[in-house]
Amino acid sequence: MQPAGIEVEGLVRQFKDVRAVDGIDLEVAPGEIYGFLGPNGAGKSTTVLMLTTLLPPTAGCARVGGYDIVREGARVRETIGAALQEAALDPLLTGREHLILQATLQGLNRAQRSERTDELLTRVGLSEAADRKVGGYSGGMKRRLDLALALVHEPRILFLDEPTTGLDPQSRTALWEEVARLAREQGMTVFLTTQYLEEADSLANRVGIIDRGRIVAEGTPAELKARVGRPTVEVVPTEPGQRAALEQALAAFGDCAQASDDAVSVTLPGGESQLAEVVRVLDAAGVHVATLNLHAPTLDDVFLAETGRKLEGAAADGAMPAAAPASENGGGRGRRRRRGR
Amino acid sequence: MVAEPGPAGTARALAAKGRLLDQVLVLARRSTLRSLRQPGQVVFPLLFPLILLAVNAGGLTSATRIPGFPTSSYLAFALAVPFMQGALFASINAGTYLAIDIESGFLRRLALTPLRAPALLAGQLGGQLVIGAIGAILYICVGLAFGVVIKTGVAGALVLLALSLLVAFAFAALGALIALRLGSAEAVQGIFPLLFVTLFLSSFSLPRELIQVHWFRTIATYNPVSYLIEGLRSLIIKGWDGQALGLAFGIALVMLVAALVAAGIALRTRLVRT
Repeated sequence: MQPAGIEVEGLVRQFKDVRAVDGIDLEVAPGEIYGFLGPNGAGKSTTVLMLTTLLPPTAGCARVGGYDIVREGARVRETIGAALQEAALDPLLTGREHLILQATLQGLNRAQRSERTDELLTRVGLSEAADRKVGGYSGGMKRRLDLALALVHEPRILFLDEPTTGLDPQSRTALWEEVARLAREQGMTVFLTTQYLEEADSLANRVGIIDRGRIVAEGTPAELKARVGRPTVEVVPTEPGQRAALEQALAAFGDCAQASDDAVSVTLPGGESQLAEVVRVLDAAGVHVATLNLHAPTLDDVFLAETGRKLEGAAADGAMPAAAPASENGGGRGRRRRRGR
Repeated sequence: MVAEPGPAGTARALAAKGRLLDQVLVLARRSTLRSLRQPGQVVFPLLFPLILLAVNAGGLTSATRIPGFPTSSYLAFALAVPFMQGALFASINAGTYLAIDIESGFLRRLALTPLRAPALLAGQLGGQLVIGAIGAILYICVGLAFGVVIKTGVAGALVLLALSLLVAFAFAALGALIALRLGSAEAVQGIFPLLFVTLFLSSFSLPRELIQVHWFRTIATYNPVSYLIEGLRSLIIKGWDGQALGLAFGIALVMLVAALVAAGIALRTRLVRT
């Protein structure tokens, strides 16, 4: 039988008057790494909580590993591993004790527990730190242990909710390599949420971009970028008061978008060769330019094209309460995230 | 007619039981380790009752001269109190640990495993029983070292241990219930002084019949903590008192069952999974 991946149809989650997930449809093929990209509060974690059976959906349906997330929750949990947004670890236990605890709860026998624990500690590079209390681990070590815990029972599908948030670049790269290896060598299906463009771009086979509870674009990173197609020029005026004049000048090339509080961007329909023309137009309009950047399409441009906003700072515009699912379960805490690029 | 389970069904049932026991044991081990790795969480709950015992035994010795006082040793009379205080500390520790698990998301991690809810409660509370047992043995040893004679002998000391563990289990379950309802370690710790008041409004310092202040005696009479202390105390100073023991075991058992059932219901909303 062909192993099943993830199938989602019209999934909705409503928290009182806020629709955190607003009817999403997606499919993840077995063995695929699917990147779920979006700003804070877009609905990524709420989606993961529903797909991992920890939060019942308000409407819609989903099958994970071939099992219905509402009617066959226990089967789904047998099939999946998950490293949720908080690397919820006990600072008083060692890494090895965490793995033994997880292995016991997953039903492994004594011999299997010990063997699997050693194997996973080696794989995530924590053998030397295995008998140290987790309270003394770095953020990267905690995330690696979290990943190992998700893999204890050899799941077919792995959910990673912002696995590299707060990690240094070296730890982030190490985690990416391990995730890519799991998909490549073990055929594991990976559903990865992230707010990092590079992460989605370099790791995911396909990317779904979510904003305000809806998927606004989906495809391979190359397809999505090709959809935006043309390069964009982004201009910051020296004086904020010249913003209107700047927008008026750039309108000659197409519809302007607000790239950030200071910057205005416009897609160049004629490609990079129009850059000189942009400079001339701005000069003629008397706009003094602080910075001017030309860049090839990225996933951020895709987000900008689809939502009219850049991914950076989008959470401030978004209306979704990021902690809503957690507080629904009574343990919610507010989150504040930085976007590192 | 119900069909007899076949060999495969029986094997599955045994495997499930084994898994449940494994789950309880591994969670109890974690709970015990958490306590033992925070010396402040073990040493002070063990020492504080002994300090209070020393203060009471030193300052209230003259109470033994009150006509009708059941023993000539106030130390022997007061020795039951540390067992009760140990139970109160079990309540706060069990509640705090569970609330921390809720706040940190650890409970959610557990929810993703095939963990059964009763195993979670039994495991979390089991760890507190280990600490409770250490405390109970310590209090008995301290009493014996300072000349207390346990009227019911070795068998009575064992029953004393069993009753104190049952009381600790009941209070730990109450702590777990509070944690599951409130979901915050700070809130659980905020409740602790209220629980402690129940000890001071009981017959912990005088037999109920010798309490002269009417309102105090009324509250102590309705306060179940009085009967728990009196059951423990009866083994030390009276001998085998079926009524006192029956009341103490009965009240502790009712408390335990009620707290476990309520905690089990509260856990359903905390351990959300489809």
